[in-house]
Amino acid sequence: MDFLGILQILDSSLRLATPLLLACLAGLFSERAGIFDIGLEGKMLASAFMSAAVASFTGDVWLGLMAGILASLLLALIHGVASITFRGNQLISGVAINFLASGLTVVIGEAWFALGGRTPQLSGGARFQEITLPFANAARDVPIVGPIYANLLSGHSILVYVALLLVPLSWWVLFRTRFGLRLRAVGENPAAVDTAGVSVVGLRYAAVMICGVLCGIAGAYLATALSAGFVKEMSAGRGFIALAALIFAKWRPWYALGATLLFGLLEALGNRFQSLDLFGIPIPTQFMQALPYILTVVILAGFVGKAIPPRAGGEPYVKER
Amino acid sequence: MNDTLPRWVDIVLIPFINLFLALLVSGLVVLLIGKNPIEALTILVNGSVGSSYGWGYTLFYATNFIFTGLGVAVAFHARLFNIGGEGQAALGGLGVALAALSLNWPHWSLALPAAVIGGMLFGAAWAAIPAYLQAKRGSHIVITTIMFNFIASALMVYLLANVLKVPGSASPETARFVEGARLPNAYDVMSFLGFSRSTPLNISFFVAIAACVCVYFLIWRTKLGYEIRSFGKSEPGAIYAGISPVRITMIAMLISGGLCGLMAVNAVMGEAERLVLDPVQGAGFVGIAVALMGRSHPVGVFIAALLFGALYQGGAELTFEMNGMTREMILVIQALVILFTGALDNMVRGPLEAVFVARTRQPVPPVPTTPLTGGGHEEEKKVEP
Repeated sequence: MDFLGILQILDSSLRLATPLLLACLAGLFSERAGIFDIGLEGKMLASAFMSAAVASFTGDVWLGLMAGILASLLLALIHGVASITFRGNQLISGVAINFLASGLTVVIGEAWFALGGRTPQLSGGARFQEITLPFANAARDVPIVGPIYANLLSGHSILVYVALLLVPLSWWVLFRTRFGLRLRAVGENPAAVDTAGVSVVGLRYAAVMICGVLCGIAGAYLATALSAGFVKEMSAGRGFIALAALIFAKWRPWYALGATLLFGLLEALGNRFQSLDLFGIPIPTQFMQALPYILTVVILAGFVGKAIPPRAGGEPYVKER
Repeated sequence: MNDTLPRWVDIVLIPFINLFLALLVSGLVVLLIGKNPIEALTILVNGSVGSSYGWGYTLFYATNFIFTGLGVAVAFHARLFNIGGEGQAALGGLGVALAALSLNWPHWSLALPAAVIGGMLFGAAWAAIPAYLQAKRGSHIVITTIMFNFIASALMVYLLANVLKVPGSASPETARFVEGARLPNAYDVMSFLGFSRSTPLNISFFVAIAACVCVYFLIWRTKLGYEIRSFGKSEPGAIYAGISPVRITMIAMLISGGLCGLMAVNAVMGEAERLVLDPVQGAGFVGIAVALMGRSHPVGVFIAALLFGALYQGGAELTFEMNGMTREMILVIQALVILFTGALDNMVRGPLEAVFVARTRQPVPPVPTTPLTGGGHEEEKKVEP
């Protein structure tokens, strides 16, 4: 494979890693605050549907993005009410949200568009267009660096750059602000935060809502940038892969970037090499499709070092009386 | 369980209030997409239990859900959340199909035990890896079982398209099972009840009832069941009592996977009579709702499975009868049942507790022999078994 071919695969890795990265950061905020979120998948799916639906009604992708974020926030609110206010089981709540999203998107989609659960094809202003970075065309002829800049870094939708910028931003918020310190503390030892006079419930709701916004962006990216419209079950397990990436990344923003890029690369390779001959043995397509899931299990099996989750993760906080 | 509530409130009243709330919100969804919820409910009830045709399908689906519900319930008792019922049942289908195709069976009574063993073995095997990873490496069983669902579906597509397919045929399915491996259906056994020749309800329904009885004895009448429940209530307590967490995690998940795999006896051997793509049709996920509603008790699972069976059959009728209604409406109802019975349980429980505690305040409760430090909180945060 030549240099440009490799660049093409890396380029598509970046595209495919973006929704994973956004969902992974979403899970990062939630889990750092002690709220497990299996429902990333459902929130992405709901947002993908609403963003595509509103974008196709209005023809404006930004309105679509807003609607997607709202849909995701609504589900995040349900998760918050169930797991923070009513101290329910966070895993079960997440599972319910996933089913709710995969059911509602098709039921409502069919009622609105009657296209078997799809939304109409989006085009023009109803989609996020690719942005050419400054001087990309001029730099194309510079050896090595030129093609990397022009082919790999330039030419993505704005949400890709937003996702990349969110990595340092998340790091800064979580590790350099008072809010971030408290948020991490609430995931480790909520009683201590409560003793300090800071609201555990408030912080956890804030974290769950941030998670909602980020999942919303991830979903909108899926439907309005990566593809041109919503198809049913289009999130295809990305929410769960993002969770695995989060564990792989040991709940840290920069590692999350690395982990999701790895999963993006795998998916890109799977797409590129639909059928592959390895030393004369044909590798079936289905194996390539299952590869990200298999790798997720391998990574979770801990062959890559020990990951220690936030200590109070998954446990509702009960104030002492 | 909470001691402040009378038992009937906990196992009857609360599930019904939760179910009512779930149906109420589902009705709002129906209203939202511009349909009449009362009309939808009428079609649903008539379609599921209004005729012997409907009953045939309702009980057929219920059989599936009893198996997967029991599977999820056994895992719940060990406080393990098995979302992999879907994949385990798919692999169970492979086991059932291999058993049915392996010999030229003379009679179904010989083929059925072989299929039961095949389904259980393959289902359990598919649960074994996530169970091992949870027990030994601490990988989150929820995520690994979900991943195994995806892997199972890719594997089954591959096997059906390349290995098990009838040579020369275009459709990805195995050959039809031999006559001797065909289970008698409700028409053969009880045609006087008005079941038609094509009804999917078959003898596996009795296997499901037997499974309920077995699970009851396993969980409440054997040493192993006691160990599973102790482990589920308190892991440190179980370790202190000499119960090995690795062993219980493995065994509970193997039983859980085996029960989910049994579902294929009904769907693959009883109905399709060949292995097709995705015979499970979401039953693995319904098992979660069934186990939650049934409070992980075999009797509760049975009743909840009947209810969901009716919901599935009624929902299918709804898709036919009501324009613009899709099958996924069932998924919405299922999600809401999981949400209200599983995650929002305290929303109903809290006010009810307030009512009943106020009533029973006068007699002073006996002083516990062990101090209550932390114990009151432990109760609140566990998976409702």
